[in-house]
Amino acid sequence: MSNLQWPELIIFTILFALVTVLGFMASRWQRGSTLDHLDEWGLGGRKFGSWITWFLLGGDLYTAYTFVAVPALVFSAGALGLYALPYTIVVYPIVLLPALRMWSVSRVRGYVTPADFVRGRFGSPILALLVAITGIVATMPYIALQLVGLEAVLRTMGINGSGIVGHLPLLVAFVILAFYTYQSGLRAPALIAFVKDILIYIVILVAIIYLPSKLGGWSHIFDTAAKKLGTPSPATGKPAGSILLTANNQLQYATLALGSALALFLYPHSLTSVLASRGRSVIKRNMVALPAYSLVLGLLALLGYVAITAGVKPLTNAATGKADGNTIVPVLFDSQFSSWFAGIAFAAIGIGALVPAAIMSIAAANLWTRNIYKEYIRKNATPQEEAKQAKLASLVVKLGAVAVIILIDPQFSIDLQLIGGVLILQTLPAVALALYTRWFHRWGLIAGWVVGIGWGLIMLYGIPNPANGKQHFGGSALALGNMSIFGWHPFSGSQVQIYVGFVALIANLVVAAIVTVIARRMKIFNGTDDTNAEDYHADENDKDLRPIGVH
Amino acid sequence: MSTEKHDGKVRGLQFSPWNLLLIVPLLVLVTPLFNMDGPRLFGMPFFYWFQFLFVAIGVLSTWIVYMMTRDKPTVDAPDKLSVEDLDEGDAR
Repeated sequence: MSNLQWPELIIFTILFALVTVLGFMASRWQRGSTLDHLDEWGLGGRKFGSWITWFLLGGDLYTAYTFVAVPALVFSAGALGLYALPYTIVVYPIVLLPALRMWSVSRVRGYVTPADFVRGRFGSPILALLVAITGIVATMPYIALQLVGLEAVLRTMGINGSGIVGHLPLLVAFVILAFYTYQSGLRAPALIAFVKDILIYIVILVAIIYLPSKLGGWSHIFDTAAKKLGTPSPATGKPAGSILLTANNQLQYATLALGSALALFLYPHSLTSVLASRGRSVIKRNMVALPAYSLVLGLLALLGYVAITAGVKPLTNAATGKADGNTIVPVLFDSQFSSWFAGIAFAAIGIGALVPAAIMSIAAANLWTRNIYKEYIRKNATPQEEAKQAKLASLVVKLGAVAVIILIDPQFSIDLQLIGGVLILQTLPAVALALYTRWFHRWGLIAGWVVGIGWGLIMLYGIPNPANGKQHFGGSALALGNMSIFGWHPFSGSQVQIYVGFVALIANLVVAAIVTVIARRMKIFNGTDDTNAEDYHADENDKDLRPIGVH
Repeated sequence: MSTEKHDGKVRGLQFSPWNLLLIVPLLVLVTPLFNMDGPRLFGMPFFYWFQFLFVAIGVLSTWIVYMMTRDKPTVDAPDKLSVEDLDEGDAR
């Protein structure tokens, strides 16, 4: 802990203290009659307007990890890393219509989680349980990764200790976060998101205008990056990447972007922010306005090339002894900006970790409470008991994430998050398609889920990464030639890569359809549908809407 | 395709041809269209600025769909787009 960057640390600490105060004050902001209800604690009273929803969703979807990992991927692999841009371009047009239906039916029936909807739609506690578990398992490593983003910043500021001491600042930051989330619920990240997003916009705009002019212009930056990426790496003997896509990774690029887009709003935390909005018009406006963040993310991705040109070397993590690629953006800011501005940039990333971590822990807690605790452990739980249970669960979830980062190699979380994306995509038929049709049989959906998850995991397990010598879970790009259906290789010899999640989803849909047809033939009971056709069109000003937060 | 019954509530699938515009942004997934270096814009290869352009195309498509498919004349007060706007939440 020798070379502490004091000016950066002081500015970081001041801004961090500011959001801490905001977090605790949030419990009194726009307060409903009680916080002892999931509508209030878990969904902020279901009354957020357009601006708050915009900041909340922006803070939720574009996380600190995204902000460090996307440029890091561009830094190391080139054009492939830019998939984040098409991903966030296509997601809003795709999601607009289903999100409206989900909001309406949840508003009418009082659903808080995607699994609540599945439970109501198919009357199947098993299917709902599968969806809830998938959601929790996919979200947990995502929370842990926010810590990776926060830690990258802390280490760049000189807090790069080894062992438990090195993790102490992280622990303190997360304990504070855990307490104000416990107290204020979704209102805390909603309020803090304002600070986070404004800081991020300032930092990115400055970075994207100032840095290229300082480093010789975009043309020079792209040419330097092309040259550097084209140099064969010592580990594999092949070039690390290129500034354009190759014949083999174009399909991977498109399917990864599409798969990620389809997965994004299946994550429970995205849905939490959608359900917290006041009405359909709020959601529509947001689907139009959220791409402002995509623009920022795309520009941020280019910082990977800027870092190459500036000659940035990733820091070595003193706790693991390995070079941490995620530090390249913080190191770039540290070396190119004056220390006070770097402090603001670091605070932006650091606070950027808190907002999604809070929302994700709330979403996971809601899932636990509604679909496991109330369904299986305490069937007659009152709304107060639900809220109490969810608050406790949010603490457990966050402490669990810290423990995972401190006790296990962070690489473990990164692997898990990669897996999580593939897993959550497998809930698409049960959650998203079910918004439109009840054609799929509940047993078909269960069978599809099992096959999608099982095969997805098998494929991920079999992917090595020669660049860092990992044998398994080395990435999400499957060479078509290695695809095996019970030993049959339909694309034998092909080196073209595709996103594993996408392949698993297709298998999932095929199996779900086949089992559906069989189940219908055999006239197996398909559960009772609690929802009515008009539920999917309800809006905020309808008469006789269910009151919010009433016991 | 909408079916309105006497209680004025909407049921069934609401389909507007305008919704088809939402397909346009998906063109950004067809990588052979833009996977090339030139022509450059401000020194940025075509691959990059084309995709940035598509952010705008995505916004435009979604916005047109939003404007064209608004349900009935909205009866509620105009959204003032302010934090204060939320205060009325309790009164509703």
